[in-house]
Amino acid sequence: MLDQYLGVIITFGFAAVIVGIMCGASMILGVHHPGPVKQQVFECGNPPTGPARGRFSVRFYLVAILFIVFDVEVVFLYPWAIVFRRLGVPGLVEMVVFIGVLAAGLAYVWKKGALAWD
Amino acid sequence: MWADAAIAAVKSLVMLLLALNLTVLLLWVERKGSALIQDRIGANRANIFGGILPFNLGIVNTLIADPIKMFTKEDVIPAGADKLLHFFGPFLAVFPVLVTFAAVPFGDVLVIGGREINLQVAELNVGILYVLAMPGLSVYGVVLGGWATNSRWSLLGAIRGSAQMISYEIAMGLGLIGAILVFGTLDLQAIARAQGATIWGVIPAWGIIYQPLGFLIFLVAGIAETKRVPFDLPEGESELTSGYFTEYSGSKQATYMMSDFAEIVVVSALATTLFFGAWQVPYLARDGFHFPGGFALALPQVVVVVMQVASFVLKVLILCCFQILVRWSLPRYRYDQLMDLGWKTLLPLALANVLITAIVIVLAG
Repeated sequence: MLDQYLGVIITFGFAAVIVGIMCGASMILGVHHPGPVKQQVFECGNPPTGPARGRFSVRFYLVAILFIVFDVEVVFLYPWAIVFRRLGVPGLVEMVVFIGVLAAGLAYVWKKGALAWD
Repeated sequence: MWADAAIAAVKSLVMLLLALNLTVLLLWVERKGSALIQDRIGANRANIFGGILPFNLGIVNTLIADPIKMFTKEDVIPAGADKLLHFFGPFLAVFPVLVTFAAVPFGDVLVIGGREINLQVAELNVGILYVLAMPGLSVYGVVLGGWATNSRWSLLGAIRGSAQMISYEIAMGLGLIGAILVFGTLDLQAIARAQGATIWGVIPAWGIIYQPLGFLIFLVAGIAETKRVPFDLPEGESELTSGYFTEYSGSKQATYMMSDFAEIVVVSALATTLFFGAWQVPYLARDGFHFPGGFALALPQVVVVVMQVASFVLKVLILCCFQILVRWSLPRYRYDQLMDLGWKTLLPLALANVLITAIVIVLAG
């Protein structure tokens, strides 16, 4: 069981080394002359005011919540899809009901305007 | 045990080098290809030994000169930035994309000295779950990198990017359910082998024959995941300067740029595996060609394996070039249009695709 993941672990190691070198190359190879103006964040030429990590539109939170709801339901479809041929018609009927509930949920958030960006 | 580990390490290196080479090659295809599309010359200044060579080595420009230039630039970290996350932003944008290749099969079995080597780094029985989960993690690279820099543009770009990526991930996951229904497995190598069959003895049974709509949904969602035009709102240079990597320079910026191209390669590799017969060459079996009509051509095993790997790389390359063509042909979406496409078009279409596929399978027995 675990030897399936041997290749994954080895690839993780190689990829970490390659990407680490790529990200860190400038720290080692590049020059380093920090200055107050250079370290200012870009704000179209104006001195930045206030903290940057401020508030942003609530719609992004809404998208995150909807993502969790729908993604979890998508995960339920995967085991069903694999054994579908063995389940036959009863499996189809059950999943039509499930997808119906999913579609009803989508129609509800659509109607409520949660998907609207104005 | 140690022999297995050594073989896995070699396979892993081959696959990673293949992916990285394709990625870097795409940088060049992008620069020269866009020049071709826009009727200009493009990158033509790079040469070695001060122009002693009579011809211009245009490809050297991107393959060697650009990385050297990027890697030797100063790494500017803005004041107030989180230094650790500033490093892990670009790291997490590329790392999950690269490790995805561990589950992608790039050939059938290679027999060396009686030992059968499956040309797939990790023979996962849940391959599809793995290849969906790993690129999904690269959203952390976007959101952490943008948050770490203490810049407004970066934060806005990062939030836009994360919202876009998670929205299209649902459509992508649902779009693949149809393919799983058809093949009945999550093992990518098994899916690749299943596509070696033929329909009525003539048409190769590739996934796209069974799942044209599934492929379309996957491709659109995949292009959206790469965050490039027409879906490049997180970067949107007309309004957000450069989005989540505004405050990155040097090799970190190069890494972010590479993450886009690595994602293109991943999307192409997955589309090839699931919908275009993976490493299959039409009518090529393990012992040679078996054309419809009884004509057969026996080939040595090594030739067959080389042809399979070449077929896989060629298909991936064609799909990559198609995505670059899309990037230079289409105008950018507006953000509300982008979210509408994901939630109101692709998601219902993907649900319909699942239902239609299931009903057809039941009717066909």
